[in-house]
Amino acid sequence: MEFEQPKFRAMGDRALLVELGGDINREVNRRVRMLYYSLIDCKLGGVVELIPSYAALLIVFDPLKISLAGLKAGILRLMETADPSRIPEPRTVRIPVVYGGDFGPDLLWLAEFHRMTPDDVIRYHSETTYHVYMIGFTPGFPYMGEVPVEITTPRRDTPRTRVPQGSVGIAQRQTGIYPVASPGGWQIIGRTPVRLFDPAAWPPTPLEIGDAVNFYPIEMETYEHWQP
Amino acid sequence: MATVAVMEVKGVGPLTTIQDRGRFGFGRYGVAPSGALDSVAMRIANLLVDNPEEEAVLEITLPGFSASVLADAVIAVTGADLGWRQNDRPIRMWQSHRFHKGDMIAFRELNSGCRAYLSVGGGWELPEIMGSKSTNLSSGFGGLGGRSLQKGDVLWTASPQLFWGAGGRKFDLNAVPAYRGCWQLRVVLGPQDDHFDADAQDLFLNSDYRVSTHSDRTGIRLLGAKISAKEGMAESILSEGVVAGTVQIPGDGQPIILLGETVSGGYRKIATVITADLHLLGQVLPDDHIRFQAVTMREARQALWRLEEMIGRFRDSLS
Repeated sequence: MEFEQPKFRAMGDRALLVELGGDINREVNRRVRMLYYSLIDCKLGGVVELIPSYAALLIVFDPLKISLAGLKAGILRLMETADPSRIPEPRTVRIPVVYGGDFGPDLLWLAEFHRMTPDDVIRYHSETTYHVYMIGFTPGFPYMGEVPVEITTPRRDTPRTRVPQGSVGIAQRQTGIYPVASPGGWQIIGRTPVRLFDPAAWPPTPLEIGDAVNFYPIEMETYEHWQP
Repeated sequence: MATVAVMEVKGVGPLTTIQDRGRFGFGRYGVAPSGALDSVAMRIANLLVDNPEEEAVLEITLPGFSASVLADAVIAVTGADLGWRQNDRPIRMWQSHRFHKGDMIAFRELNSGCRAYLSVGGGWELPEIMGSKSTNLSSGFGGLGGRSLQKGDVLWTASPQLFWGAGGRKFDLNAVPAYRGCWQLRVVLGPQDDHFDADAQDLFLNSDYRVSTHSDRTGIRLLGAKISAKEGMAESILSEGVVAGTVQIPGDGQPIILLGETVSGGYRKIATVITADLHLLGQVLPDDHIRFQAVTMREARQALWRLEEMIGRFRDSLS
C-alpha cells in the first residue's frame, strides 16, 4: 500500500498529527491504520501514545527523547519501507442488538421520519457491513460507517443527559455504541448486551480501527441470558 | 513487607482522587491518560517521602479534606496552599513530616492555587489498571473503585516504617512556582492555527481571558474575546486525537484548554500549551486570568529542559 505525502501538524511540543486525508474515506482510514500498526511494529523510541482517527494519526512523544524533526524523518522513512504483510488483518465482528422498545426509544421516530416501518429501519441497519473508523471519544466507543442513505438521520435536537450502556445509535452516516452510560445526542435504535469496554480485560475493547462490524437482531430473552 | 491501613478519610472537599503520572498507551482504545494535573507538584511530593516520582498521590481539590492517621508514616504535601494542618497546627508544605498513629490531617482554607498533592512514604496500595493507579472518573475505574474519596474510606500503604528516615526533607520554597491567579501560559501555535486568520490569532494572543466556573478536570473554560475561524469554515473538523493543553475553539468562540481526560475531539485547536507549563493548569482557579504567549518549538524544549533540570537537581540532592 502506498502513502501519499502526509501533512504534518505539530500539536504543541510533544505531539505530532500526521494527516493522510481530509474526509471520511475508507481508503484514507486504511492508510492511517497501516501507519499506526507500522509504528507499533517498529517500536520507535520516545513514542508515548498513538491515537488513530478518521484521517490522521496522532503521535504523542517524549520531547526529551526524540525531536520533532527526528520523528518526522522516521515517519517518512517508515512510509517508504512499511511491510504490509506485518499488518494484522482486520477482523469481522458480529454484534447482537435488541432493536426498539425501551432499548431503542428513537426507532419509531426514525421510521416515521423516513416513511418506512421500524422493521425496514432494522433491516437497513443490520444488513450493512460497517467499517470501524476510530475508537473515542469515551473508552471503547466505535465510530462506524456508513449508515445506508435510506436511514441517514441527523442527531437529536436535544441531547440526552444519560444514554444507557450498550445503546446503539445513529448520527448522520455514522453508527456507534455507547460503552458506558454517558450524555449523548445520537438517535438510539437499540441496545447490545456485548460489553464494549472492560478495564480489566485485555484488550479493554472488542473493536479496533479497521474492523468490520455486522449487527444482527436478537430478542429480549436472548439479551437477558447473554453470555460473552 | 507488611501492608497497613494508614489513613481514614474523615471529611472530603469538593473532590479528592488518587492520581499518578497517568495512563499512557491506551488512547487507541479511547482511554484518556487522567493523572495528576500538576505533575511537578506530584513528583516533588513523592521525592519528599522517598517514593518513586510516578507513585500515586492524593489530588486534593480545594479545602475540606481531612483524615486520621492510622499508622506511623511520613507524609508530604505540595501544590496549592489549602491550609494544611497537623493536629490543628499549620505545618510547612513542600516538606515531609513524621505523623504518628492518631494524628489528624486537615486542609482548612484556600490560600493559593487549586490542587494540593499528598504523598505517603510507601505509596498507596492499589491495583494498577492499564499500568496506572489514576482515577478515571468519567468511566469509573482506577484509583479507589473508580470514584472520588468518600468519608470512611481507608487507605493502605506498604511498609510505611521503611520510609521513616525521609521525614524532614525540604524542597526549596524559592523554587516553588507562584500561583498568583494571573497566568501567562506559553503555547506553540497549532495544530489548526491556519484555520484562523492573522487578526484572530493576534486577538487570541493579546487578550486577557477569565476562567469560567464551569471548569473541572476535563477542561478549563475561558471567557473573553471571541475567536472565529476563517470565513466559510464548518463549525467542526473531523474528530482526531488530542493531548492535554490543546486550546480548542468551539462554535461560540470561547477557548477551552483541554486537560488529561480527553482523547479525541472535533473542534479546531488554535494552540497548545507547552509541556513545561502544563503543570500550572492544575492550579488555575475559576475567575483567574489567563494570557497566552506564543513561543517557538525550540523555546518550548529549552523550557522543558530547565524544568527537568530543576527537578533533577532536587532528586540528586536527596542521595
